[in-house]
Amino acid sequence: MVNMNMIQSLNNALDIMLENDDEVIVFGEDIGYFGGVFRTTDGLQAKHGEHRVFDSPLSEGGILSAAFGMGLNGLRPVVEIQFADYIFPAYDQIVNELAKIRHRSGGEYWSPVTVRTPAGGGIRGGHHHSQSPESQFTHTPGLKVVYCSTPYNAKGLLISAVESNDPVIFFEPKRCYRGPFYGDPHNVPTWEGHPEAEVPEAHYTVPLGEARLAMEGDECTVISWGTMVHVCEQAIKDIGVSCDLIDLQTLVPWDREAVVKSIEKTGRCVIVHEAPKTSGFGAEMAASIQERCFYHLESPIERVTGWDTPFPHTTEWDYMPGPSRIAAAIHRTQVG
Amino acid sequence: MAKKKPSLNIPDAPYRPGDEASFETWPWQPGDLEMPDPKKCSSEDTVPHAVGLVRVLGEDNKASGEWNPELDADELRQGLEHMVRLRIFDDRMMKMQRTGKLSFYMRSFGEECVAIAQTMALETQDWIFPTYRQPGAQFVRGRDMVSMICHCIGNVEDNIKGRQMPVHYSYRDGRFISVSSPVGTQFSQAVGVAMASQYKGLDEVTITWIGDGASAEGDYHYALNFASVYKAPVILNVVNNQWAISTHANFATGEGEFASRGLPYGLASIRVDGNDFLALYSVTKWARKRAAAGVGATHIEVLTYRAGAHSSSDDPSRYRPSDEHTKWPGGDPVERLRDHLIEIGEWSEERHTELEERIDKEVMSAYKEAVSHGDLATGPYPSSDTIFTEVYQEMPWHLEEQFNEMKEESDG
Repeated sequence: MVNMNMIQSLNNALDIMLENDDEVIVFGEDIGYFGGVFRTTDGLQAKHGEHRVFDSPLSEGGILSAAFGMGLNGLRPVVEIQFADYIFPAYDQIVNELAKIRHRSGGEYWSPVTVRTPAGGGIRGGHHHSQSPESQFTHTPGLKVVYCSTPYNAKGLLISAVESNDPVIFFEPKRCYRGPFYGDPHNVPTWEGHPEAEVPEAHYTVPLGEARLAMEGDECTVISWGTMVHVCEQAIKDIGVSCDLIDLQTLVPWDREAVVKSIEKTGRCVIVHEAPKTSGFGAEMAASIQERCFYHLESPIERVTGWDTPFPHTTEWDYMPGPSRIAAAIHRTQVG
Repeated sequence: MAKKKPSLNIPDAPYRPGDEASFETWPWQPGDLEMPDPKKCSSEDTVPHAVGLVRVLGEDNKASGEWNPELDADELRQGLEHMVRLRIFDDRMMKMQRTGKLSFYMRSFGEECVAIAQTMALETQDWIFPTYRQPGAQFVRGRDMVSMICHCIGNVEDNIKGRQMPVHYSYRDGRFISVSSPVGTQFSQAVGVAMASQYKGLDEVTITWIGDGASAEGDYHYALNFASVYKAPVILNVVNNQWAISTHANFATGEGEFASRGLPYGLASIRVDGNDFLALYSVTKWARKRAAAGVGATHIEVLTYRAGAHSSSDDPSRYRPSDEHTKWPGGDPVERLRDHLIEIGEWSEERHTELEERIDKEVMSAYKEAVSHGDLATGPYPSSDTIFTEVYQEMPWHLEEQFNEMKEESDG
């Protein structure tokens, strides 16, 4: 076990997959010689060769369509979209092509592309470097959607994503690259000493479709993913209510069984995400939870989310759900 | 299947850290190229201009050739002043970023000429659709520097209310359209702006820019095609500054050429020395005449070099020689115009120093006034109400509900 931050564990996952499988190739904007604007691919080109890890033109649509074709012809591309906000020129290729090819060809063709993309706010990035567009992809049949939250699950989930024969959109919470985020912008811890930053150096997987129980309790079930998992942890500590904190990890297919089991125990549920509320993935979960757990629920399901507005620059802390908003929602489930 | 040696063609940059950068001397000289009639010439008539380079200022600091715009000394001094202003302004903003007063910054270092010479060549009613590397156009259009700094800070006086990152200016009074982070989007939108002017029968031209890197985006190709199909009064500039963060221009096109990509679209296409104020002014003026005459768009490659980092978050010493910009054959745009003015007896080293000192004071004074309205480190910031306003023309019920929730939360 080695202490790694999320950049290092993702780099390590890519390194292992490049080593293990000649069909894995890694490309995207600034990811080759330079090693990526967040340094995630640092050193990989020098180690594995420029025909395996290389820069692409600034063309997200081009990156995805080329990756689609490579995947069709037996390669296993892992591409980076520099910021999730910049994925939309590739949206047609992802939604209409990548997600549909297996089905539309009657299973004759498929393309196992993994799309890594840094997402989420908290870095003073304004609306074009902060969005969390996961629900734009959970609404697309044919895609698996992953959102990691710690160095440990980042590596294990990325290896699973690359090994999956289905296309995977892999969101990385950029605010947590170098340390967890507990909702206080003035408190900037590193991953040093964090138990989820103890990462095996060898190959391992965190299976797609399985949630992680980040905290255990019996009075409320708090469900989240990405950066917000850590903010929820802070909120639960602040309010002192005994909660299950479920880190969903994979959004499609999501671990309904783990969620149902927890809510059958607690009878209360708060869903937290950075993305806007309307048509956010929390809405899908709330609908499914009431279908399965209606008679176990002691209070309405709460959602704490980003507002239905663009993500702001200077006032971002008024936008991102913080511990106090989450704690207030947990409180409402207890008195409701 | 028998395996051959992997043979993907992966381009590289000409020089990497540790290399000695040594660009070939340009074969093109001022006077090489004729100036065709902008209202009559065809796209094919511009082939020499697309594969050559329009220059006016020579190594001897003299202006020559048909492309010499024959500007008077006051106009030249005005251009120089704007460029010096932009450079000093950028340096001050970068210092503010380093001390936590701004979240982020992007300089125009080495490319000051681009937006300034080109905007000066336009009429005031013309639309400017910039990237983040053309803030200098605002000086030409008379924007108050305090207001620009307030935007960069994102304080209570920011006209866009702290909503965008620094350098993402919007300045409607100067017909300078809001900058967007996703690269390339403005290029094809600008064609639409121009089509609207054409539809309304107005004497308005739209100018827009895109980087060499972003010309790999689909928007670039949409723009060329729409501009060609509708003969839109638009000036389409590809600023080939060699670098898109760490991505060399070699990755943006396999041909190594940008200007000539306009030719198969049927657009007049010209490559111009982007550090030569006179050449850039002249080519832009030419393109404006062509656009205003209804003959169509001009596709211009502005050949320059990004002398600074991409942004305050970038460290170019990781991917290119640190002194590469000093080897650029086009030199420095500010020095070249300064030296030309001195050469023709209209300027001096002393006057230049005085100008720098005066602008330094101007920038310091604007900076002090701007931070008096708040800086990023200490605030005050725009009200959180601004998160909810102007999302729609009128606030729908679901936003109103969330707005109230936020207010209750902050009051509680």
